[in-house]
Amino acid sequence: MKTHLLPAFRLTIVLALLTGVVYPLAITAAARLAFPYSANGSLLRDARGRVVGSALLGQRFGSPRYFQPRPSAAGDGYDAAASAGSNLGPTSRKLADAMAERVAAYRQLNGLAATQPVPADAVTASASGLDPHISPANAYLQVARVARERGLSVEQVGRLVARHTQPRQLGFLGEPRVNVLRLNLDLDAPAVR
Amino acid sequence: MTLLGWAQIALFLALLYLATRPLGRYLARVFAGERNALDRVLGPLERLIYRLAGIDPHVEMHPTAYALALLAFSLVGTLLTYVLLRCQGWLPLNPMGFSTATAPRGATAMTPDLAFNTAVSFATNTNWQAYGGESTLSYLSQMLALAYHNWVSAAAGMAVAVALVRGFARRGAATIGNFWFDLVRATLYVLLPLCVVFSLVLVSQGVAQNLAPYPTVSTLDGGRQTIAMGPVASQEAIKMLGTNGGGFFNANSAHPFENPTPLTNMLSMLSIFLLPAALFGMFGAMVGDERQGWALWAASAVMFLVGVTTVYAAETAGSPLAVRHGVAAGQGNMEGKEQRFGQAQSALFTTVTTAASCGAVCAMHDSLTPLATLVPLVNMQTDEVIFGGVGAGLYGLLIYAVLTVFIAGLMVGRTPEYLGKRIEAREVKLAMLFVLVSSASILCLTALAVSLPGPSSGVLNGGPRGFGEMLYAFSSATGNNGSALAGITANTPFYNVALGLAMLVGRFLMMLPALALAGSLAAKKYTPPSAGTFPTTTGLFVALLVGVIVIVAALTFFPALSLGPILEHGLMHAGRLF
Repeated sequence: MKTHLLPAFRLTIVLALLTGVVYPLAITAAARLAFPYSANGSLLRDARGRVVGSALLGQRFGSPRYFQPRPSAAGDGYDAAASAGSNLGPTSRKLADAMAERVAAYRQLNGLAATQPVPADAVTASASGLDPHISPANAYLQVARVARERGLSVEQVGRLVARHTQPRQLGFLGEPRVNVLRLNLDLDAPAVR
Repeated sequence: MTLLGWAQIALFLALLYLATRPLGRYLARVFAGERNALDRVLGPLERLIYRLAGIDPHVEMHPTAYALALLAFSLVGTLLTYVLLRCQGWLPLNPMGFSTATAPRGATAMTPDLAFNTAVSFATNTNWQAYGGESTLSYLSQMLALAYHNWVSAAAGMAVAVALVRGFARRGAATIGNFWFDLVRATLYVLLPLCVVFSLVLVSQGVAQNLAPYPTVSTLDGGRQTIAMGPVASQEAIKMLGTNGGGFFNANSAHPFENPTPLTNMLSMLSIFLLPAALFGMFGAMVGDERQGWALWAASAVMFLVGVTTVYAAETAGSPLAVRHGVAAGQGNMEGKEQRFGQAQSALFTTVTTAASCGAVCAMHDSLTPLATLVPLVNMQTDEVIFGGVGAGLYGLLIYAVLTVFIAGLMVGRTPEYLGKRIEAREVKLAMLFVLVSSASILCLTALAVSLPGPSSGVLNGGPRGFGEMLYAFSSATGNNGSALAGITANTPFYNVALGLAMLVGRFLMMLPALALAGSLAAKKYTPPSAGTFPTTTGLFVALLVGVIVIVAALTFFPALSLGPILEHGLMHAGRLF
């Protein structure tokens, strides 16, 4: 063992510098050069040029004038410095109660009948707590409410949702989705009317 | 389940199949020290590393020396990481001031037991995380203390696998190669080029890569949000390719900054299985019969397909309770899942990450339905031999193959052979030691946790899932996987120490029998196949190999599993809540 400790120590230092310092710093430099927008966190700005968040991260929208994202278990909700899922399992009473409550609230907010099924993504906490997307079905169920709250026509808001619906990547990977922050940013833009 | 979902699963396997042979042949050349395409670029760097470290890479090592070099190297790395973690408050690249007076509210302290657990976790290729990365670690800790191990623990795993394959390939030999040579070449010629390409592809899709402090922004609706970032992509690439699985962020590969699109998700899953599958190809090439490697590949693929089908079906069906509460049935169980991935990709990821010893997650396993939870548990309890970890998968599966030919030999009453090597009492004992060590670690430590009041009250979910959280933790730690039923409160002195021990047992007490086996086989003469030799490239061998793996796991773990997810499945359908 003793004869191996010295080479082990020296090799550790060399490989640690190569893989733990040189490699990540080189990738950082290359990424900043080639893809500065995503390397820096895909930050989005509003019409006035203020940074309002990341295109990749969900954030809280309390007002009914905005499309609502998925429930979040990150910190106190949408805490982008404390990502987390709920970790509640299918036999959890806490989860069952929360789900029943969210279903009722979603129906009430969007004026749905008491028997109308609610999209699963609207009433379940995402894995990261920062899911930026909702399903198109969830988005369309919110269109009438958002249009009413903003004095817009259902068609205007519906068109906006259609424009923000991303299909499956390359036509078959993943699921169709709507980016809530991008959609809401466009809702606020004066061009909507 | 949908056609598009199955198309993604089929594409995944097809791409893996296509990569196996060329990459496997390349690996065989790399570890034989032969010239290859990257020599011109990396040769000078390789020689410089040997010179700086004072190593002669051409000295052949006996199994004992090989094992001691591995242990010395792992020990030095673990200590270095422990010291770096404990000192992160004084070290640079810590813009958020973790472990200092200016740390953000709610930051986790790097206590001695947490630093021990984390150092062991990364050095053993486990990447169990009792902390949330974005609320605990400086950028230097992420890059140097942790990601460094993502590289070398994977390289060391490959080294042990290569050594065992040399045991089969060599005849009447006393040595099994040089550990330093295998380690350095795995790092330079295998991991480095793949990581450079993959990390830049990840950034192009949106994975963050910077060294800036977390910005705080005013959100559209008038709130405030602090956005954790960092050098994510460089770490993400090696995290997957090295089957490490330690997330930069708490939410791991579910976090959009780690895994922003369905494409990055697919590439991440492929990169988990890429090297383990290629190592099967390398095995075939090194023993001079590629069909031997394909037999292992086929056995893995069969077990993998059963696993992914189970998870996909269970998660699409979802929980009957949600539907009763008025949730539309079409999307399946979306608790703990990301919209962009959906059920097919999440099921695939869950199966891939636990079949290999990766442990990254793109969906939260603690929110999976019971039958879907069963699959990761069984994957880990069968020692992760379904493609498996980088290196660990190959040497694990070869050990099961030794057991299989032994059992086949018992059935017909003659001395078994595998690849021209007689399998005798010593080889079977070493193989059984490998199997028993992991079972004992998982079951004894779970029993200990369950019987102590503190650890058993650290679970989040009640009923069978609470027990499942403890069983999963020790299965994951012993299997060097690192995924969790993450409701469990793991950052306590008991769990930090007990899980740390399980990781050490699962790594080194399983590598040592593999190396001893390598030495024992290398010394043997070649026995040419005769009419009585059981062929190990046929469908019958594949079926027997799968049978042995499943039966060993079932006999060992069925009682524990029936108290966890199996019971929970019945209770879920009976409408019981906890």
